[in-house]
Order: sequence, then C-alpha cells, then structure tokens
Amino acid sequence: MKPAAFDYFAPGTLDEALGLLADYGGDAKPLAGGQSLVPTMNFRLAQPAVLVDLNGIDELFFIREEDGGLRCGAMTRQRSVERSPLVQRISPLLYEAMPHIAHSQIRNRGTIGGSLAHADPAAELPVLAVALDARMYVRSVTDARWVAARDFYVGLFATAMLPDEMLVEVAFPALPPGSGWAFDEVARQHGNYAMCGAAAVVGLDGRGVVERARLVYLSVGEGPVEAEQAEALLVGEQPNAEAIRAAAETAATQDVDPVGDIHAGPAFRRHLSRVIAERVLTRAIERATEANRQ
Amino acid sequence: MSTRQFGQPIKRNEDPRLLTGRALFTDDVQLDGMLHAAFLRSDLAHALIHSIDVEGASRRPGVAAVYTAGDLGEFWQPGPLLVPPPPVEQLEFHQRTQVPLAKEKVRHAGEAVAMVIAESRYLAEDALDDIFVDYEPLDAVTGLEAALSEGSPLVHEDLGHNIGARVTQTKGNWTQAEAEADLVIRRRFHYDRGTAAALENRGIVASWDEKGQRLTVWDTTQAPIAIRNGLAAMLGLSEHQVRVIAPFIGGGFGPKIMMFYPEEVLLAWATLLLGRPVKWIEDREENFYATTQERGQVHDAAIALKGDGTILGIKDSFIHDAGAYAPYGLTVPLSSQCTLLGPYVVPSYHSEFSSVFTNKPIVTPYRGAGRQHGVFVMERLMDAAAKELDIELVEIRRRNLIPPDSFPYNNEIIFQDFTPLVYDSGNYEPALDRALQLIGYQEFIREEQPRREANGERVGIAVVNYIEGTGIGPYEGARVTVEASGKVSVATGVGTQGQGHYTSFAQVVAEQIGVAVSDVHIVTGDTDLFYWGAGTFASRGAVVAGNAMHAAAVKVRGKILKLAGDKLEAAEEDLELIAGRVQVKGVPETSISLGQLAAEANPMRGAVQPGTEPGLEATEYFGPERGATASGVHAMILRVDPETFTLEIEKYVVVHDCGTVINPLILEGQIQGGVAQGIGNAFYEQLHFDENGALRNASLMDYLLPTATDVPNIVSDHVETPSPLNPLGVKGAGEAGAIPVGALFAQALDNAYRDIGLEVREIPLSPNRLFELVTEASAGEIV
Ligand SMILES: Cc1cc2nc3c(=O)[nH]c(=O)nc-3n(C[C@H](O)[C@H](O)[C@H](O)COP(=O)(O)OP(=O)(O)OC[C@H]3O[C@@H](n4cnc5c(N)ncnc54)[C@H](O)[C@@H]3O)c2cc1C
Repeated sequence: MKPAAFDYFAPGTLDEALGLLADYGGDAKPLAGGQSLVPTMNFRLAQPAVLVDLNGIDELFFIREEDGGLRCGAMTRQRSVERSPLVQRISPLLYEAMPHIAHSQIRNRGTIGGSLAHADPAAELPVLAVALDARMYVRSVTDARWVAARDFYVGLFATAMLPDEMLVEVAFPALPPGSGWAFDEVARQHGNYAMCGAAAVVGLDGRGVVERARLVYLSVGEGPVEAEQAEALLVGEQPNAEAIRAAAETAATQDVDPVGDIHAGPAFRRHLSRVIAERVLTRAIERATEANRQ
Repeated sequence: MSTRQFGQPIKRNEDPRLLTGRALFTDDVQLDGMLHAAFLRSDLAHALIHSIDVEGASRRPGVAAVYTAGDLGEFWQPGPLLVPPPPVEQLEFHQRTQVPLAKEKVRHAGEAVAMVIAESRYLAEDALDDIFVDYEPLDAVTGLEAALSEGSPLVHEDLGHNIGARVTQTKGNWTQAEAEADLVIRRRFHYDRGTAAALENRGIVASWDEKGQRLTVWDTTQAPIAIRNGLAAMLGLSEHQVRVIAPFIGGGFGPKIMMFYPEEVLLAWATLLLGRPVKWIEDREENFYATTQERGQVHDAAIALKGDGTILGIKDSFIHDAGAYAPYGLTVPLSSQCTLLGPYVVPSYHSEFSSVFTNKPIVTPYRGAGRQHGVFVMERLMDAAAKELDIELVEIRRRNLIPPDSFPYNNEIIFQDFTPLVYDSGNYEPALDRALQLIGYQEFIREEQPRREANGERVGIAVVNYIEGTGIGPYEGARVTVEASGKVSVATGVGTQGQGHYTSFAQVVAEQIGVAVSDVHIVTGDTDLFYWGAGTFASRGAVVAGNAMHAAAVKVRGKILKLAGDKLEAAEEDLELIAGRVQVKGVPETSISLGQLAAEANPMRGAVQPGTEPGLEATEYFGPERGATASGVHAMILRVDPETFTLEIEKYVVVHDCGTVINPLILEGQIQGGVAQGIGNAFYEQLHFDENGALRNASLMDYLLPTATDVPNIVSDHVETPSPLNPLGVKGAGEAGAIPVGALFAQALDNAYRDIGLEVREIPLSPNRLFELVTEASAGEIV
C-alpha cells in the first residue's frame, strides 16, 4: 500500500499550476485534499507521474457572495463550507447536505473542488451542484470557460474537463424566492458513502401549485441522476401527499435504473429511491409552502 | 487486613504508556541496516503457476533479493499441523497446511508467490510490479455445498475430493428422540465469513546477529514461545539462539495465534541469509487475504421436542469452510459442535460435520471460534419450536435449562481440548432473570411494543443464552520475584494483545504480596524472560496464566513470611504483608520492608544454610484438569426503520458468569469489545467473495466495521459461580461478548416482524438482506 514514485510540485499561484498541467498533460494530477486521490495511489490504482499540489495556492480558498449567489474557490475545505454562515444563508440546501459527506476529519482536508472534480457517483457535491444549477469555472493556460453542472458530469468518474484543465471556482446561484429544498440519504453507517440519496428543490407559484421541481439522485447511476419524469409529473400539480407519492414512484421506476453492489442490490436501491424521493419532496414542499406564506 | 487488590476496578497499569504513544509495537522497531520485505500475492484464487520471472525485479536498484518457492530448497515445507484431530471414533482427517510461498499452484487469492526484499518498502513494492507470473486460471471452489458436489474443482488434487475432515459425535439416541417427539422442526442455517480486523495488522522484524549467533524476532504473535521453538527447529538453531518478543499488540482475536504464517518463517530465514535485519508490516489490504478468517458454515439442523417444550434431541449436520489450508485442525468446527448444546438439557444429540477446503483464505479461530454457529443454531431452533408450540420464548428456555444442582454437568461432546466438555459449574436461571429485569422484558412486551407499533414503529426484543468453554490447558507458568527495590517483577510466557494483563495479573500477585498493583511489573511474551508456555487463546490467559501467577505468588509469600519471621523473631501466623512491608500484626513499629528482605535473601558474602535458594522468587505452573465453563445471557431492544431497514440498538444487556472477577473494569472492556465485534458480525461485516474466489471488499471502505455510532452503551451485570477447577475460581471472559449476538439479532428482527412471520436463518445481515427477507416474508414466501 505504498504509492508508485511520482514527481511533486507545490506551485504558489494558479498560473504556475496551470503551466505545470500544460507541461505534463495527462501525466499530471492536481492534488487537492488528497482524500480520494491518495488512497487510490496507495492502492496503485492511480499512478500519476506528477502531482501538482494546490494546497499552497491561496487564491483558490474563498467563499463569497456575488450577484446574490455563492462563489467558492476550488480549494475551499468542505468543513469551511459546512460552517459558513454565508452558505447557510444563500444556499441552505448545500448547508444541510454538507455534514453527510464522510466524517468531519475528512471534511477538514477534503475540498469542494476535489469532490466536484472527482465525480464519484456516490458523492453528494456533484448532485447538489446539479440540483442547484451550479456552474463550474474551468481554466487552462490557454482557455477559461464556465460549464453548467449538468454538462460537467459526463460519466463514471468523468467530467468535461480536459487533462490540462483545472476546476478553479464554482458558482451556486441563489434559489428563487418561494423555493423549498431538502437533502437526505441512506448510508449503512454514519460517514459512509450512501446507498442512495437525493436532493430536491421545489418552487410553488402564488396559488401554491408546483412551478419548478428538481430531484437529483446519487448512487443510482454513473453520476448525478436527474429524475426528469418525476419532475415533469409534479409541475402543475397541487403538492399533496398523493402527488408526492406518484412522483416518487415514477422516479424510482422510470427515472432511475440502479445497478447493485455489495451493499445494495438493484431492487433495494430502487426501493430506497422511492423512499428518499418521498422524504425529500415532502420536506422541500413543506419548506416551499412555508416560504410562500411569508 | 491489607487492602484488597483482587476484584477491584483498578485502572490499567499499561494505559499511560499506551495512551501517550510510549509502548513498543512491532513497527516501532527500527534497526541499523534494516531491509524491508513485500510479497507478491496472487490475484487469482485458483491457478496453476507455470513460471515466475523475477529478472526485472532483481535488477531494480535497491532490491536486495527476490525469492520464490524454488529458492527455498529444503526450507520449503508445509507448516505444522497445530492441533491434531481429536480422539473421536471413525474420524476422517486429511492434513493440508499452508506453504511459505506457493509452488506450482495458488489456492486462494492473496496467497504469497514471491518475496522481495529491498532498502525500503516503497522500493520493494515497486519491484513487485516487475515480477511476471504465468498463471493458468482454474475454476474456483467457493460454495460449501459446491465443494462437496460431484465434479467440483479440487483445491488439493491429490486428495481426490475437497473434504478435510468428517466427524460425527453423538449422545443418547436421536432416532428414538425423533420417534417419541410431539414435534420435530428442521431448518437450514447459514453463517458467513468475516475477518477479525485487529487495529494493528501483523508485523515481523527478524534480526540475525552474526557475532552473537542469535536470532531476535519481534512478532505480533499470540504464541511467542511456540514460534521460538518452531523457528529454532526449522532453522537448525538451538532454542537458546532464538529470542521471540511479542511486544504490545493492537489486538489478536485469534488470527495471531495461527502459526506459522509464511511471513514468519520467511523473514527469519532471510535475515540469516542476508545478515541484515528484515521488516515486514502487513498492510490493511494484505490483512484481508494473508491473515486468517472465520465463520463460514451451513447447518441442516433438527430439534425434537415434547408438547410441553422439553427438548428430546437435536440432530445437526453441517459443512465447515476451512479455506485453502487447515493448519488449525478442527478447533473451530469442534467448538461449534460442542457449544451448540448450550445451557440446556439435551438428552440425545447427533452431530456430524464435513470440513471442506475452498479457494478462500485460511480459516482459524477468531474470537468465539465456532461457538457463534452452535449458539445460533440452538437458539434459532428454540425460537422456532417456541412459535410452533405456542410457548413463550423465555419460558421454553427456562424449561430446558440445566438445573443448578446438576454440576459438574457432562455435555459428553468432545471439545477443542479433546475431552468431553464438562460444565464445571453454573447457575443459569438467575442470570436469565436478571437480564429480563434489566431489559424490562415484560414491560416492553406488554406496554411499550404495542404502543409504539400503533404509531407505525418496528421494534423488537430478544433474549438468548450461551455457554462458553474457556480456560483450557495444557498449562502456563509464571515467575514472581521480589526485587531489592521492593517492587515485584513477574514473567510469563503468554503474549498480550490488549487484555489488560499488566493489571489483572498484577492484581493477582499484589493480593498475595501486599504491594500496590502499580508496583508489580509484568513481562509477557519475551521468550528470554520466560521459557515455557502455550499462548494466549481460548479465553485462557486469566484462568491458566492467572492461576500460575497466583501459585507462584503464594509461594513467594511463604518465603517472605519465613524470612521475615526469622528477622523479626515472630511466628509466621503473627505477620501480615501491608504496603510493601512485613509487620507483626497491629505493630507497625516491628516491621521490615520487602526490599530489605529481598536484599537479605540474596547475600553477597558469608555462608547460608545448605539447600537455601536465593531471593524471594518462585516459578510455578498451572495446568487445569479441564476447562472452566462460562455462561451468559444477552438481551436487546432493536428499532428497525421500516423504510430503509437500518437499525438502531436501543438497549443492550449482558449478564454473564465468568466465575470470580479479577478486575470489573477490564471485564467490562472485554464484554463491550466482544459485543462490538458481535454487532459487526451480525449486521455490518461480511467478506464478499465472487464465484472466482476474488474478494470484492478488501478495504475498510467496503468492509464495514461497527463504529462508535453503531455500538450502544452496554448494560452489564454478573452472576458469580466460582470455578471449582482453579484456586482463583476464575473462568475466561474474552469471547463472551461476541458469541450470541447473531442469534440475538435474528430473534429481535423476527420479533419486530412477527406479524409477517419473518424467520431469520442467516448471519451476517444487512439492510439490503433484511429488505429481501421482509419482502419475501410479506409475500408469504418461504425464505
Ligand atoms: C473514509 C472516507 C469517506 C468518504 N465519504 C465520502 C462521502 O460520504 N461522500 C463524498 O462525497 N465523499 C466522501 N469521501 C471523499 C471525500 O469527500 C474527498 O475529499 C473528495 O471526494 C475529494 O476531495 P479532495 O479535496 O480530497 O480531492 P483529491 O483526493 O485531492 O482529488 C480527487 C481527484 O480530483 C482531482 N482534482 C482535485 N482538485 C481538482 C481541481 N481543482 N481541478 C481538477 N481536478 C482536481 C484530483 O486530481 C483527483 O483526481 C470520503 C473519503 C474517505 C477517505
């Protein structure tokens, strides 16, 4: 369980880091919190020839408000996001979900950018990014672009980034007024990757009818899985228990097609998809109703 | 009277060192010029080896040597059979033990094929990537029934089958019991594998001193003396040329009593050859393959009862998964066979098992050592019978308990120490009653459960019994010495892996010598300091080594009194030992310190009486006539989330009887730790092998150990029935916590789902499996 040999660079600026990625191309990997990368290297599943350590690049550590939304630098520790009053105010869904990521010790090192870039299908942050219509700011030496979260995830542990590109920043727009939200997941143990989880965002119009609905799953596909048919079913409905049940049923039977692993077979995952959809939609609608009253 | 030390909840002597990082573990051993070993392990569970190309690896800078089976010459030998087959009539037994490095064929994933020794572990692992093995994959034997089927692939071809052993033991007459019964229930039960997952993996440092002509081996073993003797014999050295030190060890649980692990013999061999110290520290991934595991069995069992619930007999036929090799003989299945009968009167018993070889890592005892299976089968049969006969679960148990006036009670079935298990003592009903009271059984069933179920909750309660044969022979020894400083040093041969020996042993000695427990210095597991012994296993440390200490301390006490009597001119009966001094009873002015006495017992000049032994020292050995039988009751209230099938243990009670208690704090720790492992075994831990024998979850990411949030606070209480078989009256307690937990989970889940007739017949479980079982039971299907 010792990694293969590698070269190590610790650049002090983003430009230097991008330069190194350009120089070494696919042989180099950024090192963020190391909580996923280092174990994979110790198992020798990953053998990058070069590590570009981002931990000394101060400009990548920040959380700030911009245009009413939230901006986080890629190296912001997950623990900082979890404890930020700004996050709590602007992006309460993100705030609610953060403690579900691993254990606090891991969140102390793990970064928001590392998790978003790693694109683990069981991870919370990619799902939250999709549910919240986040945008990723991706840079290389020659290029800079914003990518919508739903376009960012292209498969199992795969993103739209090229080998010489880096995730620099993520923007979470504020929720429109009258929105309700919820996150829930079922893990075998506290701190483990979940067998199934979902984030919901629901918006009601002035009459209390569902205007917008978002339901995005983790651990049931190759990346964040959006339950589009369930969402469509909800829009235009009175948000009562029956509508929620129907949407959850549709999500579990039509939208997701989970594969099994040693912790949860396909049937159980489907079952959990329904249970969790019901839970998060119910709570999101309660919150939206509450918000509408004010 | 001096203040009592024995029986007190004294804080552990070893904890300051352990908690401040000043205790020596094997990986702390750093020697000049030390090399590091890494092992190439087979990815395949079953394959022929056509060739191994180590050229590239040997040439890599920093590599000192690369060895394969072919390089070992005469040294390549299958390991010894540690436990021979028991004296049971018509027993069939085929010895197949592990080899240092696979030759011609690999028999389980992770079996070592080559050893690289290099300047660092990193370099050694780099070199592993340069070794090329030409394997021819073979179909793997993974299922237990499949192993016995016609045309199954063979783990050991020369055998012509996969049967390692077949054993039948009987008492009474099952056929007659069956014929006379009002009810016979038959069930099939499955118990699957887990791993002990000690906090510290295995590790070895072997160092040959050319000038001193001595080999020193630091080894995370539970049996240092046996390792010394074996290594000396294998390497052609005198036992005095080999010193094995088992330093502090982060958990043993049984797999560290296994001998000889390939790494143990190879490192000792290599340091002699290379003339430099060699270290190998097992990493967590290796631990999933290279350290032994336990618990795969399939039982077909039947129970015959009278209409009033009285047991007439039990028939059990089971298959035991031995893994690829069986160095530990039949210890595990014999324990299953023998422990099954539990605290109940079972007049007729017919039990037969086949131990089968499979292409999976080796099975040797792990905390509980087969008892889990026996208890699971028995308790599940009782539950099924209770339901069928409409007798309350507790009541049917009560009706069958061995009455307190029947001890010693002969269960007649041969146990792992080769003699029929005779329960030395016990008193089962008070323990059962106490557990029921502590869990609030009646109140829960009558009030709480109906009330909560009306609110849509799923809650279940359970109570199960078990017995545990402990403290088996052959023997252990101890040497107790009062030093001129007035402190007492004690040496014994057993190793320590976290049991608190430095304290509980010290209490036993302090009680006799009248010193503070903190003034008794215990040395365990250093073969230079104590020559004889067997090892730490089978809940025997306190019983066997503890009583040896007691005997030695009693003898030293006699020497102290005799010498002090002379010095103080007082009769021995008039003396007392208090706070490191001997004084005339009630006259502290007339006293002498133990240190001064010790100095005088070792005169440097002048003459002594002929025949005088120097010092205040004694060495004694203790070998019990047979083991002491501990017993206990576990009870639990469990809440199931009916939608997600995750569990919450709301209350957990253990009432047990391990005879006289030496230190209630340490005992509490043993119970808590055992229950934690039991919970892991019941609901979290499972090794998932695929049909090719590959392990799908060889990391702690996917192999789930129970964490602090999964393990409840445990309410525990004792019933003390001192063992008549040893002077201290103690019985073992090391495994008690772990044994009945699977049976307890099954009963609690059945209870929570009694409306749909759930009957759990397997362990381990998981939310996924529970979902499946509940879905099937709801649909009225037979599980
Ligand atoms: C025991 C344990 C439990 C865990 N449980 C969970 C859990 O429940 N949920 C969960 O979501 N995660 C979990 N994790 C993972 C944890 O959240 C990681 O921190 C996270 O996935 C990766 O973040 P990191 O900063 O450590 O990234 P690293 O491990 O440093 O990097 C991960 C990958 O992303 C790349 N990368 C990093 N930063 C960038 C960047 N800015 N641009 C481009 N590529 C980049 C790296 O090259 C690497 O390939 C767990 C980890 C452990 C060890």
